[in-house]
Amino acid sequence: MSAPLYKFGLFGDELSLVVAFVIGLGFGFFLERAGFGSARKLTGQFYLTDLAVFKVMFSAIVTAMLGVFYLGWVGWLDLSLIYVGPTWLPSQIVGGLLLGIGFVVGGYCPGTSVVAVATGALDAVVFLFGLTLGIFGFGEAYDALAGFVQAGAMGTVVLPDVLGVPYGQVVLGVVLLALAGFVGAEAVERWSARRSERS
Amino acid sequence: MASAESSRPSIPAGDPPSPRSYSNPYLMGVGLGLVLLTAFVVMGRGLGASGAFSSLVAWGLDSAASGHARANPFYVGYLESGVGHPLKSWLVFEVLGLAAGGLLSGALAGRIRRRVERGPRFSTPGRLAMALLGGVLMGVGSKLARGCTSGQALSGGALLGLGSWSFMIMVFVGAYATAWFVRRQWT
Repeated sequence: MSAPLYKFGLFGDELSLVVAFVIGLGFGFFLERAGFGSARKLTGQFYLTDLAVFKVMFSAIVTAMLGVFYLGWVGWLDLSLIYVGPTWLPSQIVGGLLLGIGFVVGGYCPGTSVVAVATGALDAVVFLFGLTLGIFGFGEAYDALAGFVQAGAMGTVVLPDVLGVPYGQVVLGVVLLALAGFVGAEAVERWSARRSERS
Repeated sequence: MASAESSRPSIPAGDPPSPRSYSNPYLMGVGLGLVLLTAFVVMGRGLGASGAFSSLVAWGLDSAASGHARANPFYVGYLESGVGHPLKSWLVFEVLGLAAGGLLSGALAGRIRRRVERGPRFSTPGRLAMALLGGVLMGVGSKLARGCTSGQALSGGALLGLGSWSFMIMVFVGAYATAWFVRRQWT
């Protein structure tokens, strides 16, 4: 087997849109199941009452990371054909900060807001309107922002390069970090529950 | 979609579902990770969300003021990315699926209802204003970072991208640093 299938020409652009819809269907299904159509559930992460965001995110990252690693190792998946977004640290650090602020102010991130709209949250409709406004504002200011957006271009850089550690060891490190994080998250939730019982 | 006032036969006792009624977060994370892995194996790319709305903005502006849109490399990037049409793009169809998947899961669980998500001490108009502001910040932030929680944190995170991990850490830093100031909205 040679994968990614699309990159090996197993199907064309038109069919890739059907694939996109089906993959999106799975994406939305699991987000809603996890409770991520609810801003109150999502923002519980930032008040330490409900750390589902961390748990779901890192379970997903670890699962996909291990899958990619092992499929590449046995030679079924050509890792060089998987698109890894390049790195621009200044804009990605500032963008991440803004996104984090927007997350706790707005209650959603773009993907979860789509699920919230689909299940009837009116605040998510307003949030998505704000999102398109923000993108429009960014586009209109692009001339002025382009210098910063392009600053510090590093190309495609992955953690094994930066750390000087083999891919497999970084994968193991992330798994261990996630497992420690899960234990910590459970402890924080118990602490939060006791604190709210006392007050 | 039932209105907030009418009876909601699918939801027992009219109460909103408690967080406990959702599925196990670790299992849902594994499910989500398998969807992401499928995207890598089948398409050679990860998931996304904000990009679909960039395509929408670029297409809308191109329809209204084509000369203006075509003079801006940010919009042109999205206008050239679809399969013959800016809205026939991979992310637009993925986001349509995202909405359908959310609707399907919500319907099966009886969680579809018109509502405004907010804490008990916060007003509805105030919440809608905050949702608008948060959305704008998120729009600017996701374009600066070239992706949001889906494209950067989740997809780039699983591929161990340096920019994605830096981004992901800063999302948590930004959110925790702001949480205290907007606590009345949620707690």
